[in-house]
Amino acid sequence: MSIAVAAPRRWSKPPLIKSARLRWGLGLGAAVYLALAFGTTDVNWNRVWEGLPRGAQFVTAFFPPDFISRWDEIVEGIAESIWMTVVSTVVGIALSVPVGIGAARNIAPAPVYYFCRGILAVSRSFQEVILAIFFVKLFGFGPFAGFLTLSFATIGFYGKLLAEDIEDMDPAQAEAVRATGAGWLQWINFGIQPQVMPRMIGLGLYRLDINFRESAVVGIVGAGGIGATLNTAFDRYEFDSAAAILLIIIGIVMMLEYLSGYLRRWVQ
Amino acid sequence: MAVAMQGATKVWQRRDRRTQFTVWAAWLAGAAVFAYCFQLISDKTIWVFVLDAPAQAGDLAVRMVPPDWAFITQLGRPIWDTINIATLGTAMGIAIAVPVAYCAARNTTPSVAFVRPVALFIVVSSRSINSLIWALMLVTIVGPGVFAGIIAIGLRSIGFCAKLLYEAIEEIDENQVEAVRATGASGAQITAYGIVPQVLPAFAGISVFRWDINIRESTVLGLVGAGGIGLELNGAITTLAWTQVSLILLVIIATVIVSEWVSAKVRHAII
Repeated sequence: MSIAVAAPRRWSKPPLIKSARLRWGLGLGAAVYLALAFGTTDVNWNRVWEGLPRGAQFVTAFFPPDFISRWDEIVEGIAESIWMTVVSTVVGIALSVPVGIGAARNIAPAPVYYFCRGILAVSRSFQEVILAIFFVKLFGFGPFAGFLTLSFATIGFYGKLLAEDIEDMDPAQAEAVRATGAGWLQWINFGIQPQVMPRMIGLGLYRLDINFRESAVVGIVGAGGIGATLNTAFDRYEFDSAAAILLIIIGIVMMLEYLSGYLRRWVQ
Repeated sequence: MAVAMQGATKVWQRRDRRTQFTVWAAWLAGAAVFAYCFQLISDKTIWVFVLDAPAQAGDLAVRMVPPDWAFITQLGRPIWDTINIATLGTAMGIAIAVPVAYCAARNTTPSVAFVRPVALFIVVSSRSINSLIWALMLVTIVGPGVFAGIIAIGLRSIGFCAKLLYEAIEEIDENQVEAVRATGASGAQITAYGIVPQVLPAFAGISVFRWDINIRESTVLGLVGAGGIGLELNGAITTLAWTQVSLILLVIIATVIVSEWVSAKVRHAII
């Protein structure tokens, strides 16, 4: 009896995209796109070259950053950012609860559902800065416009996630509460709220974190906060003050992230 | 469960007295902080302007309708620039994020004591600074234009992509890596055959997700001079051409919705 010798076969890794046509098509499409994109992007290399020393200057400005000469402005800007963050997170979440409930397919009637989904879509489509431009136009310069901007942006974020969470809930629990003869508000409060609460607390803290980061930006268009101070520092080429502001922002964001991670573990 | 006595009858309560007080005190403290912060904002607000806002909004709305449809012929190029900023920026961000994530993941990093903290610092500093601030900085350094926008988006994407990617790497199934190692594979082969196939779907998902976010962010970079449709928006607002502004806003909404749709489709196909 002779041993059958199998023809030598080599194993090769299975590709991520199974259909060969799609794989090659995507590759080709990417290549054509990149060629077009690079071909139409005009970069003024002379200007870039001239800017490099300025970039180096900016990097050296971090050693050491200048906290002192603009200290008063920095403190004021940061304080404004913090107020805006706190107030807008609270107001934004309070407003997003009814919108989120209305945008959940399983508990809202169709007209309410489409209306609330519309609000969420508008709020999510526009970047905070675009909203800020209009709020500054309407309500005047200062933190009030920033507060409205961040609140409105919070509605889109928080309302959408709340709606999705309600849609994913366990209907049996809600049904059980309804079977006791509970009214609509009691039904929401005892049948649905306990199911979504742990996740929503975590997301609320996450949104607080995002709102602080965004509050640093809306100031660039005049809506209060540290952004205005930062913008001025860049415009005057005071890189050492700008470096100080950036370090403070990074520090606060890290602190908030750590804090919210800790609180989330504690809540859940 | 807490039960209170009312005369002789037992009444169900949600919490006992102590917990109820703690919850109440937490709400009180929260409300006080909120009221204090709002007071400070209100002191800095000129309320006359705020009260006037509904009239202003109505006025603005009248001036924005109908959109100046003829202007759309001039928006092709800015939209193309915006998409390029987002796409090339995402590509740049991911190219840098991959090695950073590899160094930041606890199970693949070359050195937990030295390399990992550096990688984590890169992730945190890239994430805490908004792309608009990166753009502000880069416009003063490399000059206004699309190039500054691409780099700004790229720098901002590093942190986001690297964070999600290193979390994906840390969650891989070690048995598969062990199995590849047992065949006598070298370090590079273990990475290529044991780790990469496990994180590739997550990687593709993260890239597309970030691309979608970047489209949205790159619409505003023009406000600080970093190219794209934001430049047109800024120009239209400063020249008070409100019919053009409304058209630009519509184009932005359409772009964002299309990109979100594409991203959702692709992620759905991968997962």
